[in-house]
Amino acid sequence: MKRSRIPIALVLALMLAGGQYFVPAAPAATVGPVTDPVGVVRIAKGAPLTIAYWMVVAGPDASLGTDTKRGVEIAIADKGGKLLGHPIRLIGEDTGCNAEGGVTAATKLSANKAIVAAVGSNCSSEAVPGAPILWKAGIVTVSPSNTAPKLTAPDRGPTYDGYLRTAHNDKVQGRVAAEFVYKSLKLRKAATIHDGSPYAEGLAGVFTETFRKLGGTVTAQEAISPTDTDMRPMLTKIAAGRPDMIYYPIFIAAGGHITRQVKEVSGLANAKLMGADGMFSPDFMKAAGEAAVGMYHSSPDLSPEALGPAYKVFLDKHQKRYGEKPLAPFHPHAYDAANMIFAAITKVAKKDAAGNTYIGRKALRDALFATKNFKGLTGTLTCDRFGDCADPKIAIYQTLSADPAKWDPGKNPKKVYP
Amino acid sequence: MQRSWAWRLSVTDLYLWAFRIVVLAVVIWGTIGTVAARRYGGEVWIDFLVFGMSQGSIYALIALGYTMVYGILRMINFAHGEVFMSGAYTAYFVAAAFGRSGYLDRNPVVSLLAVLAVAMATSTLIALLLERVAYRPLRQSPRLVPLIAAIGASFFLQYTFRGFFGSGFQAYPETQVLKGTWAIAGVNILRTQAVVLVAAVLMMAGLYAFVMRTKTGTAMRAVSEDKEAAALMGIDVDRSIVIAFAVGASMAGAAGFLYAIVFKQVHFFMGFVPGIKAFTAAVLGGIGNIPGAMLGGLFLGIFESVGPILFLEGLGIVAPYQLKDVIAFTMLVMVLIFRPSGILGERLMAKKA
Amino acid sequence: MGSALAGRQRRPWLEATQKGLIWGGVAVFVALVGMVEIFAGREIIVGVITLGLALPVLTVLAAGYQGALRQAGGSAVAVLARGALAGAMVGVAVAALVALGSAVNMRAMFVSASPGMFALLSFGRGVSGIPLIVAGAAGAGAVGAAAALLPGSARRPLVAALAWTLGVGLFQELLQTMLHEGAIQTAIRELFFSGEGLSARGALLVFLLVWAVSTVWMRRGSAVRQWHGQLPASRQRTLRVVSLLAAVAVLLLVPVAAGPFLSQVFVLVGMFALLGLGLNIVVGFAGLLDLGYVAFFAIGAYTVGLLTSIGEHGIAQMSFWSAVPIVMLVSLIAGVLLGVPVLGIRGDYLAIATLGFGEIIRILVLSDFLRPWLGGSQGILAIPKPMIGGFEFRGPEQLFYLTLASCALVIFVAMRLRDSRLGRAWMAVREDEDVAEAMGINLVNVKLLAFALGATFGGLSGAIFAVMVGSIFPHSFQLLISINVLALIIVGGMGSMPGVIVGSLFLVGLPELLREFAEYRFLVYGAALVLMMQLRPEGLWPAAALRRELHAANEIGHAGPVEAPVGPERPVGG
Repeated sequence: MKRSRIPIALVLALMLAGGQYFVPAAPAATVGPVTDPVGVVRIAKGAPLTIAYWMVVAGPDASLGTDTKRGVEIAIADKGGKLLGHPIRLIGEDTGCNAEGGVTAATKLSANKAIVAAVGSNCSSEAVPGAPILWKAGIVTVSPSNTAPKLTAPDRGPTYDGYLRTAHNDKVQGRVAAEFVYKSLKLRKAATIHDGSPYAEGLAGVFTETFRKLGGTVTAQEAISPTDTDMRPMLTKIAAGRPDMIYYPIFIAAGGHITRQVKEVSGLANAKLMGADGMFSPDFMKAAGEAAVGMYHSSPDLSPEALGPAYKVFLDKHQKRYGEKPLAPFHPHAYDAANMIFAAITKVAKKDAAGNTYIGRKALRDALFATKNFKGLTGTLTCDRFGDCADPKIAIYQTLSADPAKWDPGKNPKKVYP
Repeated sequence: MQRSWAWRLSVTDLYLWAFRIVVLAVVIWGTIGTVAARRYGGEVWIDFLVFGMSQGSIYALIALGYTMVYGILRMINFAHGEVFMSGAYTAYFVAAAFGRSGYLDRNPVVSLLAVLAVAMATSTLIALLLERVAYRPLRQSPRLVPLIAAIGASFFLQYTFRGFFGSGFQAYPETQVLKGTWAIAGVNILRTQAVVLVAAVLMMAGLYAFVMRTKTGTAMRAVSEDKEAAALMGIDVDRSIVIAFAVGASMAGAAGFLYAIVFKQVHFFMGFVPGIKAFTAAVLGGIGNIPGAMLGGLFLGIFESVGPILFLEGLGIVAPYQLKDVIAFTMLVMVLIFRPSGILGERLMAKKA
Repeated sequence: MGSALAGRQRRPWLEATQKGLIWGGVAVFVALVGMVEIFAGREIIVGVITLGLALPVLTVLAAGYQGALRQAGGSAVAVLARGALAGAMVGVAVAALVALGSAVNMRAMFVSASPGMFALLSFGRGVSGIPLIVAGAAGAGAVGAAAALLPGSARRPLVAALAWTLGVGLFQELLQTMLHEGAIQTAIRELFFSGEGLSARGALLVFLLVWAVSTVWMRRGSAVRQWHGQLPASRQRTLRVVSLLAAVAVLLLVPVAAGPFLSQVFVLVGMFALLGLGLNIVVGFAGLLDLGYVAFFAIGAYTVGLLTSIGEHGIAQMSFWSAVPIVMLVSLIAGVLLGVPVLGIRGDYLAIATLGFGEIIRILVLSDFLRPWLGGSQGILAIPKPMIGGFEFRGPEQLFYLTLASCALVIFVAMRLRDSRLGRAWMAVREDEDVAEAMGINLVNVKLLAFALGATFGGLSGAIFAVMVGSIFPHSFQLLISINVLALIIVGGMGSMPGVIVGSLFLVGLPELLREFAEYRFLVYGAALVLMMQLRPEGLWPAAALRRELHAANEIGHAGPVEAPVGPERPVGG
């Protein structure tokens, strides 16, 4: 008898407890000298200014997040660990490169009222559910490595108002790659390979679409898994279509395997190879060895005069601090994201007489979206109104030497297009 | 209850038969489609086979470790993939040192053997530590307890290596002698693949001889049949178990070395997928059975290499190689439906379950 | 460690040295794996100790405590000296690392062996700090030994107080976030915390408070228990019901009191508990080792996605509530379809076959082949949140109730199942398939029902997952989920339903709360699994205990039809 009542009581209690959850939208807040429709962060004199990261720093995809996290850490170190007289404090959450990890991390960060802005996420699948959660709490986030077009598509909706990225949209890069192959190399038959990540799938899709529109033939659209090692059977299948070019915009590990094994498959000895910025790194030379020579990569234009040296300096700092080379390609994007945030904070922060700092959240968001001609490691950044900040200038590079020590984008790999 | 029993049994039987027929029909239909399209010539099919066999022999070598441990303890050593990884990873440092000093190309045989020895030694050491610290205290526990401990150990080892050596990967240096191809019986075979195949066959033959012919091997088989009886016969059970772990791990270390000379890259997570695949291979061949592990490994490698193209392309499925694990696991289930204890599995499951 | 007893009596000093060296190995491991340096910035007590330093200090204390070997006898001085010796051995190991690190460039191999780490270990003095390291470690070892000398009644409060202080220091971010608003909360927060951690004053307060409470409990606890034991049975039951109701009330208040993050953690715990309850039917009740359980989770999530999404892949734009029954039906059918082929497969063969199914489902939803329908790697987006009337299950605070209600429902169903004829048939199959068949149990039916019902619960959990995240991607359905769910039911205690809850709190909730260990999550998780299996192989809340409790309730004269008692249960079946 008693038992049957418990569920009813439970449901009743549930409804009662749930009923009070119609919380009205946060009213405009005025704290100190700042009024802001979303909210204001007050940082007492000498207290730390909190920046958060939400990246994948644990699990099998950890190298992606560790890499971008280090980019942020170096950016902080370059500021001497201080901004506006406050020490910069970096806190963060692991996102696991999956949607639920993104939700949990964003929820945890959104509960922390001290966070001024965030850098993240890594995987587009984390940002799709995560970015709206952060923005609901007034936290603006800049992603160093989300490339899925939908995140900054015009129809993305107001819940993504607090989302920007320094990683470039797949749309631009895939198109440039296809144009280069068709117009500059004058090749007509290409095959694509992706690894099931939204990044690679998106790029391969855009490439195929553009290449076909230009009049080329795509002989095969293959897919692998990022943990695969033996690519030869798949490459043998591709060889049957006799492509002139294989486009595989994937990551270093699997990309290295493909690059090495292409030469071992009969029928592909003369096929040209092309990857994207996902493996545009000295580490890729290590992974692919001599086979990398002659290969093409699309990547943001790192013109050697202005940005090349800065990147070299960055690499030195990285080596000194972490004892290893960068693990993935998005650390400069993370470095730029952090610096963009610092610049925007400096622009909108107000101090009162006692030395406390006030930052309006909406103002910070607007300042970030207004970023213009910002000189970063990845190029000159200008944000559009949907949050795409990456330099749309994509260049094509060709590797001349596979010695990681001779890595010097512009000279080796040599810039060949435009 | 009785009537519905008979009724449902026939329905499930029907379904099972339907399942078999559908899978076979897909296989046959796809094969006909692919063959009829004549996209691939004879030498291409030989390539597919050779690629599959070389991948399969690596699976087989790892599978030996699963099988040895399972045969003697009836325990899935889930961390075996990490044992494989630890050997390949640690030996990298030796190989890299040889590569930098140029010794690797001056004395390729000596230095490769040294790298192999380091890989085998490290894997063995790790496996023995694992056995002593994590598994031995659990020998009397119910079956799932050591499995969970092994899963924990697997994570622990992965992330220990990550903490020690970083989350990036390392690349083995190239060896000049192993570059290029050899023409064997009119077929061009990559040197690395030939080495892998020969080494794997030799090692497995040696292991088989060890288990079947030597006194220690006989003792191990006795322990695997019945621990108590073996102990009564004066066999040191602990020692037999330790040897099984050591031998299985040294095979995994050798597999790690072969993997590294074929694929070059090593990193902390590299053991997980081959570990799962080798486990599959061991089950496919009949877990606990040494020739079974070898057969299962080769089978799996060949299915992964040939399957997608032979069965799926003919059906017009896009990106068939993305689905190669679907083929591998479907084949596994098919084999298990027809032979519930694997290809060469002994019919002792009923007794042990 | 039984064999160690003999050695203990013969050579306590040698054994103290051994213990010290083992713990020294742990300290060196912690340093080389990078924890010391990474956590150096993470203060436990502001200005006093960082987490990075606390780890080696704890190893020294442990070495001193274990190396003291109180049982081996000798005067108090000898015990202290042994502790100091063990501690010093840890110091020697660390010193050796420092000396090695300054002599050769270890960083070519060990990425964490940075100058910064050696500076931390040697108090910034490098090689010249070695005497200080050894001396300090010996001192701390003696402190550990002193703790071993104390009588249990004095030691336990001290250990509890220390553990609580560390715990509060570890969870400071969470606690501070909870205490962020409101005047009283702010006052409490400022009393205990300062900036990024527990203040020295706060630490002292926590320590004293816990010590006092614990000491009082040590003195009076037995009296309370005695009083409780002497109460008449009916009063005891009332007390139990009251405390149960109080627990339910507390649970219902969680989102209100704890805010969105803790609610989110509870939603995750609830989701995994649902999965655990489902898998528990398959593995715990029926003894069928299933390593591919994530398949049903994925099927549930994708079915909800397809049926309710208002994005491009949605096919029906249904409401969540009308989709749920369909989801459960689809999962049930999937359970049968995947169950039938593996019916004849036993034991570990079953494990790998089911693991295969899990992978097959994940690869299929990811594949380009099914991309036009399932979205491939770009997933299914725009899954609306459930609504009741005008109430939207918008965020974690609201979804918490959905998860809680589902868990309650599933626990109820699973409990009834366990005590039913079918439940007993499952246990019989688990204990021995052949005997069960001989006793007239229809193996096919019974096994299929286990698969199907387990799959249904898994599908329900997937449905909640889909609306929680609002978008689903194939990447969320890794093998890791299956492994995690299996681990949580074993850690909780196989076949036990409270065990599933405890297991998911422990293996899902705790890692979420200890996110600061982010990079070392899996390292700690792995080590915890191994240790758990050694120390409590039967699980945290084994089924047998529950059974005894229920049995006692039956004797009191529980109303309603009493089911035939089930034979004594092994905690984990084969």
